[in-house]
Amino acid sequence: MTIYSIIFYILALLILVSTGLAITRRNLVHAVIYLVFSFFGSALLFYLFGAPLLAVLEVIIYAGAIMILFLFIIMMVKVETSEERMFPLNQWLPAAVIGLLYLAIGALLVSSAPGKDIPLEMALTHPKEFGQYLFQRHWLSIEIVSLLLLIALIGALHLGRRKREEKIEEKP
Amino acid sequence: MAEALEAIKALATGFATTFKHLFRKPITEEYPEFKRTLPERTRARIILTRDPDGGERCVACYLCSAVCPVSCISMQSAEKEDGRRYATWFRINFARCIYCGLCEEACPTSAIQLTAMFETCERDILTLVYEKEDLLVDHGGKDKEYNFYKYAGVVTQEGGKGEHIKEDKPVNVKSNLP
Amino acid sequence: MDWIIGIIVLIVKLGLVLVGLLLLAAYLVWVERKFLARLQIRYGPNRAGKFGLLQPIADALKLMVKEDTVPEAADRILFLLAPAVVATSALLMFAVVPFGSHLTLWGKKIPLVITDLNVGLLYVFALSSLGVYGVALGGWASNSKYSLLGGIRGAAQMISYELALGLSLVPIVMHAGSFSIVDIVNAQAKYPFILLQPFAFVIFIVSAMAESKRIPFDLPEAENELGAGYHTEYSGMRFGLFFLGEYVHMQVLGAFVAVFFLGGWRGPLLPAPVWLFIKIILVALIMIWIRGTLPRLRYDQLMAVGWKVLIPAALLNIMVTGAILLI
Repeated sequence: MTIYSIIFYILALLILVSTGLAITRRNLVHAVIYLVFSFFGSALLFYLFGAPLLAVLEVIIYAGAIMILFLFIIMMVKVETSEERMFPLNQWLPAAVIGLLYLAIGALLVSSAPGKDIPLEMALTHPKEFGQYLFQRHWLSIEIVSLLLLIALIGALHLGRRKREEKIEEKP
Repeated sequence: MAEALEAIKALATGFATTFKHLFRKPITEEYPEFKRTLPERTRARIILTRDPDGGERCVACYLCSAVCPVSCISMQSAEKEDGRRYATWFRINFARCIYCGLCEEACPTSAIQLTAMFETCERDILTLVYEKEDLLVDHGGKDKEYNFYKYAGVVTQEGGKGEHIKEDKPVNVKSNLP
Repeated sequence: MDWIIGIIVLIVKLGLVLVGLLLLAAYLVWVERKFLARLQIRYGPNRAGKFGLLQPIADALKLMVKEDTVPEAADRILFLLAPAVVATSALLMFAVVPFGSHLTLWGKKIPLVITDLNVGLLYVFALSSLGVYGVALGGWASNSKYSLLGGIRGAAQMISYELALGLSLVPIVMHAGSFSIVDIVNAQAKYPFILLQPFAFVIFIVSAMAESKRIPFDLPEAENELGAGYHTEYSGMRFGLFFLGEYVHMQVLGAFVAVFFLGGWRGPLLPAPVWLFIKIILVALIMIWIRGTLPRLRYDQLMAVGWKVLIPAALLNIMVTGAILLI
């Protein structure tokens, strides 16, 4: 075992444990914090794999922006944590079915991964090459994704806009 | 556009003002070195004054003690042979006093008066407990003329029944009978 | 043998930078109090030592020996951790700031930067977005209304201004052609970027001030509305850590204004670290001047400035710069 694989297993453990804790916490803020730790672990994993750009983007976008918005909403809404209770059966069943399906497909995919037959090459790129690759070779998909985001933005704006209230006549 | 120009002008004048302040002499009065004379009616530590004839004004009526919001005044009243009341001891804890001046207002004899002496800061907090001897002064304070016993209808050396200022002769109750 | 020397050099560099930062943070408090006082025609601290020079040390001692209280209803662990997040994220940003080109000791080149990441600029953003957690969690964990409001305001404000902050630096990256801070400084060998990008400079400095929650943008603290906002419930050195974070952030800001717009450590005659120091102090003085002049923004004004002025302006700036670079 090289030092890298030791670090890898430590990080993997961190990610697994913190994700597990994030799912099981009743306190929403604690759940968010554990999720942030999980993102941190993934970011470090990316860094370990030689992708500093991805690592930093993971921290900026997921840990830094999205989770802060989660936290913000939780703090704003101030949800009361519900007492311990099991979910009803009609919620358990679909979740279990889908979960098992996912596990099965995942196992199938992992076992038949090309990595088994063809050794994957290590790719170490600088942000510059990565950007050029992304924006020159795949500009069309980037544009499509950004169009999707734009549609989502406009949709949110439309939904969020209050219907114009009827003008209340001012009293003389 | 005009609005933006105005905003920039407003910002610029603000920054210019603070920049000019950099070169002005600070207007701070540095306290322990420079002590400004405080107004006569500044409310700080109390004194117990005497009437123009040199007698203690305090009649130990307990009004100050009762009105004190932090209960820092205590005393023990007594009476002399001639009928004058006085405090055998009078104690105020300046560590607790808030200089509100209510005792001065409550005092019927102008005995308690507030002075400008506010530097009550000691290493040992118990030295801030002042006794009557520490509080008594040899003057009438702000109210120089007033002598309570010359007005009060109490028989003392200052006068008997009906001999006080603005006091009528006592009425013979029996002569009022129909 | 080489790697041992490497580690020793790294530790020495880390130690020097840390001590320098903490000392400068302490004395920045003194500079701020003195300078602000003169702006307001006062003297400022002048009792502890000559010109009050021992004041920061006295303050630090006081903070350290004070009782460290935790409110009964607080979320204990998060409450204790939050100040550390603020201080650490601010301190770590200095890891990528170059203090000079390199030293030559015993025939070895020692670069005057702790680490030259090829994503240095993004690393700074990652850390500054983590600093939000300190504020938001500190506010939430205190379990007090004022703190919660301060935390919410802090989160909203920092998220909003991070966008403008990031977008304002895109033209700089376009000019330098790299995310690495060392490369960005090297790209300014001829002239500093402030001459090329005056608009980016203004957007950067405004949004960076909002990011460090200084006075025109100090809504999360807002003494006269919220007590002290997210650090209302803190005492002792934990409060001190929030404070330290703020002043380290001020230095970080000065350093990054210097690095991105004023040519970093470059300057005639004086040695490189001295130039960086001068630039940091200069930016700090300007920030204090702004603090002494402008009142606090209203919440809607804050959001309007961020979303309706700075972000569109930054986007426009990127497009114009891109067009010019293409032609």
